[in-house]
Amino acid sequence: MRFVTKRTGIEARLDRFEVSVLSSMVSDLLVLLGADDSDPDADPLAALVGLGSGPVTKPPDPALARLLPDAYRDDESAAADFRRYTETDLRAGKRAQATVVLASLAPYAEGGRILLDRESANAWLGCLNDLRLVLGTRLEVTQETELDAAPDDPRAQALAVYGWLGGVQEMLIARLTPLA
Amino acid sequence: MTAPAQLDRPIADDQTTPDRPWVALVWNDPVNLMSYVTHVLMELFGYPREKAEAMMLDVHHKGRAVVSSGTREQMEHDVSRLHAKGLWATVQQD
Repeated sequence: MRFVTKRTGIEARLDRFEVSVLSSMVSDLLVLLGADDSDPDADPLAALVGLGSGPVTKPPDPALARLLPDAYRDDESAAADFRRYTETDLRAGKRAQATVVLASLAPYAEGGRILLDRESANAWLGCLNDLRLVLGTRLEVTQETELDAAPDDPRAQALAVYGWLGGVQEMLIARLTPLA
Repeated sequence: MTAPAQLDRPIADDQTTPDRPWVALVWNDPVNLMSYVTHVLMELFGYPREKAEAMMLDVHHKGRAVVSSGTREQMEHDVSRLHAKGLWATVQQD
């Protein structure tokens, strides 16, 4: 997979296998983030008058908690308040990003050249980062983790995918970051 | 005609402690790419590459860096934008 700068945007070139791996990871990410906006405990009146009605505690799943971190380190009540007002939007934003990626991949099950405008390319970048955060958390990656693990390491395949995503993200950043 | 009431209290007593500024911090994590952190700081805050890179290197080497400062509300806004980009950010009073 690589990216090529075009006059009208950035072209992502993927083969069939890459489309399939990426689509399935992004679908899993959507499931992790929650399939839709409906929260059975949400209070529509509270939302209407601008009172937060979202969750107040960090998700127990460490990967999801990494996507939706606490905004205060040493102040539980401020962290809870912040989460109550912001987590629903944060999840929705990440879902929207993932949905853009899935939609752009959908017509290219056999692989191909996908032209992304700047907005879509930014959604791709953010979504690739979310995928790496989830996978990196699950793999308990540290700064010292060797990405080409021994073939008998049960994490070898996941580490290879994690490394591949990092390379893809790096290429996209190079296309998107202004020079100055 | 009445004379203005005499204020006995020292003026200092009426003053609240001057506001300490709030800051948005970005913390080091093993997943986010250095180039990505730089990219996000340039994009969200409009920092020139040199400044964004210096902040990113502080995050990398010192474990964290202040990336913006202002009112509490502004910092909460900045932190929510940083979370949207996947950076590990927190608000605190400086």
